Amino acid sequence: MSKTMRRDLCFKILAKHIRDQIIVPVYQSAQEWHGIAPDHALTYYSIGAMGQASSCALGLAIARPDKRVVVLDGDGSLLMNLGTLVTIANQKPANLLHFLCQNGEYEANGSHPIPGRDQVDFAAMARAAGYRRTDTIATLDDFEAKIAGLLAEPGPVFVALKLVAGPPPSQDYAFIHGAPTRAAFKAALNKG
Amino acid sequence: MSGEPITGPAILDQIAASGIDYIVSVPDITTSAALLWPIVEDKRFRLIRVCKEDEGVSICAVMSMAEKRALLFIQYTGLLDSINALRSAGCEYKMPVCIMAGLLAKEPGVPPKQAKMLGIRIVEPILEAMLIPHALMEDAGDERHIRPAIDTAYANSYPTTLLIGRQM
Repeated sequence: MSKTMRRDLCFKILAKHIRDQIIVPVYQSAQEWHGIAPDHALTYYSIGAMGQASSCALGLAIARPDKRVVVLDGDGSLLMNLGTLVTIANQKPANLLHFLCQNGEYEANGSHPIPGRDQVDFAAMARAAGYRRTDTIATLDDFEAKIAGLLAEPGPVFVALKLVAGPPPSQDYAFIHGAPTRAAFKAALNKG
Repeated sequence: MSGEPITGPAILDQIAASGIDYIVSVPDITTSAALLWPIVEDKRFRLIRVCKEDEGVSICAVMSMAEKRALLFIQYTGLLDSINALRSAGCEYKMPVCIMAGLLAKEPGVPPKQAKMLGIRIVEPILEAMLIPHALMEDAGDERHIRPAIDTAYANSYPTTLLIGRQM
């Protein structure tokens, strides 16, 4: 059996552990997450400007220190905003968990390889930037063993998830881009 | 004609009166001495230093989701560099992003569209194309624009810009 980690299976494991955390997924991860956890109202879909998911997550983490924020970033996206690693590390949000879905390609744009796909070490970058803890996970078994601890651990924590896309997620652009989705997120965030 | 210059304390008082708790910034020499260094010590604000201005656009936009007000404090070059993030979060997703941008090297008393620098001349036309309001902050009394601009941005859930027209 292949040990390669599929994104959809990884997110299904993650979904089992999510309660009132804020999830910030980007692009294909956003589509995947929506398919797996469509009723998780505390999802802020970070799309429209590539690279900004971690910055959105940081803003939410600072504004709501009582909530844990989990960003599902992409490797192509992170490469467009590498300074975010330094900004986040400098702010030291204890409630921020930064997952990087590292598939080595611009999946939404023709599956071209990201620059440096065979040598770039994102966890090392995050560690050098000053994240409190970093890790790289490449198997579902390892992910399942660590996910509960990661969700409880003080941040900022960065974890590169070396994975591949599973079956193409359905593309619900109307939902993900829609104003009602953001309004529902805001309502859920400010409830009570 | 250029009048008496606007002052840092007058601007900071109006920012605070507008309910801004967070200042998100990449430094700008236009406002460094009179505004950003004082902000570092000003207990009314929490300063969030970012590496690049589009990070700040996103941070300010999402803070509105948590009912928090933030002001992005940058140079006009950073504003130009952040147009895509501003287009997305501010204009298309209709989130309030309040920006105070220094017009580095604009000649005092000269309207931005008539400045010598190309980069300054194109700022207002770009904002107008994006339907983003802008106000020039250059002379004493111009600080009166701050609070209405910020309140309107949050009321309408749309960006606004305050352009600092002289080095302070």
